[in-house]
Amino acid sequence: MAHLSIPKTYKLFIGGAFPRSESGRTYPVTDAKGNFMANAALGSRKDARDAVTAARKGFGAWSKATPYNRGQVIYRAAEMLEGRKPQFVELISTSRGSSVRSATAEVDAAVDRLVHYAGWTDKLAAVFGHANPVSAPYFSYSAPEPTGVVAALAPAESPLLGLVSVVAPIISSGNACVVVAAEADPCVAITFAEVLATSDLPGGVVNLLTGQPKEMGPHLAGHGDVNALDLTGADDELRTTLAQLGSQTVKRVYVPKGVPDFAAAPGTARLRAFLEIKTVWHPTGALSLAAGGGY
Amino acid sequence: MSSAVTKDERPDTLRLLPPHLNDVTVDESSLRRFLHGLPGVDPVGVEERAAGLATRSIKKAAKLAAIDLAISMVDLTTLEGSDTVGKVRNLARKAMLPDPERPETPRTAAVCVYPDLVPTAVQELAGSGVKVASVATAFPSGRSSLEVKLAETRMVVEAGADEVDMVIDRGAFLAGRYGFVFDQIQAVKAACGPARLKVILETGELATYDNVRRASWLALLAGADFIKTSTGKINPAATLPVTHVMLQAVKDWYAETGQQRSVKPAGGIRTTKDAIKYLVAVNEVAGPQWLDPYYFRFGASSVLNDLVMQRRTQLEGHYWGPDYVTVD
Amino acid sequence: MSLSDLWEYAPAPESAAVGAIKDRYLPFIDGTFVEGGGPDLVSINPGTAEPLAEVSTVSAADVDTAVAAARRAYTRVWSRMSGAERGKYLFRIARGIAERARELAVVETLDNGKPIKETRDFDVPTAAQHFFYHAGWADKLGHLGLGPAPAPLGVAGQVIPWNFPLLMAAWKIAPALAAGNTVVIKPAETTPLSILVLAQIIADADLPPGVVNILTGAGDIGSTLVNHPGIDKVAFTGSTAVGRHIQHDLAGTGRKLTLELGGKGANIVFDDAAQDQAVEGIVNGIFFNAGQVCCAGSRLLVQESIAEEFLTRLKNRVETLRVGDPMDKNTDVGAINSAAQLARINTLLEAGREEGAEIWESSCALPSQGYFLRPTIFTEATASMRVSREEIFGPVLTTVTFRTPDEAVAKANNSPYGLSAGVWTEKGSRAMAMAAALRAGVIWDNTFNKFDPAAGFGGYKESGFGREGGPSGLAAYLDTDDEPVVGGGLLSHTGVL
Repeated sequence: MAHLSIPKTYKLFIGGAFPRSESGRTYPVTDAKGNFMANAALGSRKDARDAVTAARKGFGAWSKATPYNRGQVIYRAAEMLEGRKPQFVELISTSRGSSVRSATAEVDAAVDRLVHYAGWTDKLAAVFGHANPVSAPYFSYSAPEPTGVVAALAPAESPLLGLVSVVAPIISSGNACVVVAAEADPCVAITFAEVLATSDLPGGVVNLLTGQPKEMGPHLAGHGDVNALDLTGADDELRTTLAQLGSQTVKRVYVPKGVPDFAAAPGTARLRAFLEIKTVWHPTGALSLAAGGGY
Repeated sequence: MSSAVTKDERPDTLRLLPPHLNDVTVDESSLRRFLHGLPGVDPVGVEERAAGLATRSIKKAAKLAAIDLAISMVDLTTLEGSDTVGKVRNLARKAMLPDPERPETPRTAAVCVYPDLVPTAVQELAGSGVKVASVATAFPSGRSSLEVKLAETRMVVEAGADEVDMVIDRGAFLAGRYGFVFDQIQAVKAACGPARLKVILETGELATYDNVRRASWLALLAGADFIKTSTGKINPAATLPVTHVMLQAVKDWYAETGQQRSVKPAGGIRTTKDAIKYLVAVNEVAGPQWLDPYYFRFGASSVLNDLVMQRRTQLEGHYWGPDYVTVD
Repeated sequence: MSLSDLWEYAPAPESAAVGAIKDRYLPFIDGTFVEGGGPDLVSINPGTAEPLAEVSTVSAADVDTAVAAARRAYTRVWSRMSGAERGKYLFRIARGIAERARELAVVETLDNGKPIKETRDFDVPTAAQHFFYHAGWADKLGHLGLGPAPAPLGVAGQVIPWNFPLLMAAWKIAPALAAGNTVVIKPAETTPLSILVLAQIIADADLPPGVVNILTGAGDIGSTLVNHPGIDKVAFTGSTAVGRHIQHDLAGTGRKLTLELGGKGANIVFDDAAQDQAVEGIVNGIFFNAGQVCCAGSRLLVQESIAEEFLTRLKNRVETLRVGDPMDKNTDVGAINSAAQLARINTLLEAGREEGAEIWESSCALPSQGYFLRPTIFTEATASMRVSREEIFGPVLTTVTFRTPDEAVAKANNSPYGLSAGVWTEKGSRAMAMAAALRAGVIWDNTFNKFDPAAGFGGYKESGFGREGGPSGLAAYLDTDDEPVVGGGLLSHTGVL
């Protein structure tokens, strides 16, 4: 007797847990051929709010974790993704109708992308920080710190690679994020959440919402406890609206200059977009009075 | 407008300490806890404050007043192995009449000499109001026994010195033997009798501003009438930031005890400009009530000639050369 | 009578003649001083409240002309010039400022109202240093870590405030030019003079026409400038309210924006601090430039165990501040920049009184004319009071106490702003841990209000984004977007190679 399969209930990913939308709403997801795949949670304003609360909590622990530890966690996510490769290949080829070969290439690239950013965590301060040669008896340095809570709209292209390419640079520097998955690909996104949930990533560092970016985007962009926006997945009109909303609390806004080529090696623009440079001054002065002063 | 320095009009400087300060001197470890519990001094901060205050622009009437005040604060000093009776006589006359062309010029506060020359100075300065100060206590190193130090102190006081400039044992201080240093200062103070005691910290050997503050408090606790920066034999001698720390110490002491003690930077103050920077520091760090020869002195010699020349310049509107003032 | 009673510092005024103030000043467009199409304004000397000079302002059409001139200069000259040559122009400007330093200091003090001591010892020399520092970068941009040859953005539109008129001009112009951009810049309405003297220095340096254009006028001209379609980059320093508007207006334009906005800096004194230097740091933090500083340490947080003694020391010290004639070399605290700003501060002072904060002010006398305020301290100003939350931008300090380091961090970070913070402790590990925990762009350990062109400066949160100074400051004027795009090639979003 053939095994009757158990379809997955796709829920949201907030604070390390998988809750349903508080609104109780779902929307049907179809595959490339238009057949029903699953019901996904249709995230609401309150889900967005809960996700921001969780992200703020997650930011506390994650931003204080050592860079080495953050790198290990992100690398662990790469391991988990690698282990679920067949699952993602099947999911992508079903939902997008792409060939197994191209779906495999996307999963491989997503694994590599995580590995790439796992290696960035403990290089950021060296590459983007400086010892400042100030003209006074002070030791002054500038070092990057994470911006805080970043709300991101994942791109519609490359459901897994696009999502990973947006999330990884945000969290590698210690930010937490609330990501609205591409509306058409909630299944890939929530399955990726399962990867994160099994990667020692503290709850709340990445929160994934499924549903309509147009509905949740404005709530996130207008939320006072969100520090930055990544508008990669928004169209031009939505980008303008959200950037305008973001200006009310002077949010940092990242908008790609074109359609990102996620297959190519990433630059550092996404990393830098969510870093703050902090400058610290500390007096030095002469060790001993024996040197005398200029008086 | 010379201000006579007459201790008789002043409150007795042998005072009772408030109980909480009395307690800190009961033993070595109490002293250590107290001195190391004083707030630290940030070197860059204190030097910036000193540099900032040094940009004050003192002009016209304020400058003339400053010059007269500075002259009246000078402890005109000679501390050379080659000092002679003749040199001290000359110095004493100069202290009483810094500018023979302008006899209204204030007298200096004191003449400061080695112990053997005290009788000469006393004789020359008798009745002038100019005090006789003598270094004592195995000046400049302080490396002798307490008996010798006390004997020397008694010797100069008996010879008529009004003020005694003692040195602390820096070796003992740096080794943390605060009780030892405290006891010596207290003993010398007792040996001074009516003479005022200036305690030389030799800040150039104390290594840090924190130590300057601790040594200042140690000396004040032990009964010093003055805390003084330097012997003049060690570089660096007085500096503005070190003097800031000491002025702050006497200000804080006043706030704690109600007793107003005195400060004397010595060495390295050569020009009127230097002297005025110190007066600005006195005015703004300790407060205007310290702008008084009883409470602030300059240990110096050559600065007097510059003050006299600048005084004439202020009054006469043109500059003078060194040939117009007396060479010591 | 004691001598001390006689020793009042005599007035030591700097000579106003050194400033060579002209009757009338003109905007600087395309290398020449031209009559603007806008209504004249009169710049007031805040130290006397008397008119200082007339200034011709520009019209919207003049903004077009200036932007076109900057574009022309960018395309034809400046973007084609080698970095080394660009740098030499900047070195010339640095030297020019140094040579006319005394004049610039006087002009600045007369126009702005800040003490001559500050313009002479800080504003002007630091402005020269900014040009000197950035000059050296012009041929070394490949070493910034932003690729082998980072491209400039094009024409930069810049709007600067009145609190450091010349220095802000240097902060904006020097990195923009070093990176290869051309500039259209608008000074504040109340302080246009020093930047117009700088314009003369720039002209004397033979900087090619159109590379720097200086537009005088009020907020409407600033708005026209930052919204001008011919601008590739906007840099604004000023209030958070205006910064928000600019960010809103620029949304969706793709124009690169940096904002340096307001602050409500916490200055935190622990019980183990070097107290005398901490007092100096608090004084410097809030009374430097009469507190009209975006990164001012306007909130004192002092550990409860030393609070009483510390506040006594602080008040004693504040009593010694010499408030008055900005031209007097001994003045520590000068005038408030304008009647409008004075009124704003007074409104907040009134709010503080009404909300029940205990107010203390220095007993110093104030000049009978001009815009002056006594140094003021609100003790036990609770966090909910307006004076504790809003940027006052004046010589007004609020104080609260704390018991533990965690409480200090929580109180310090409890603000929508995040520009600066100070930490006073002799314990090295605490200083470093506090520096890490405070959410602000500049942390001063055992010091305050230190600036250097080699050190980046800028805010967290609503204090703005982007940095000025140091390598990160240059990045604000370069095309740093290196994300590959589909069919992208090397074209940047400005369409310029």
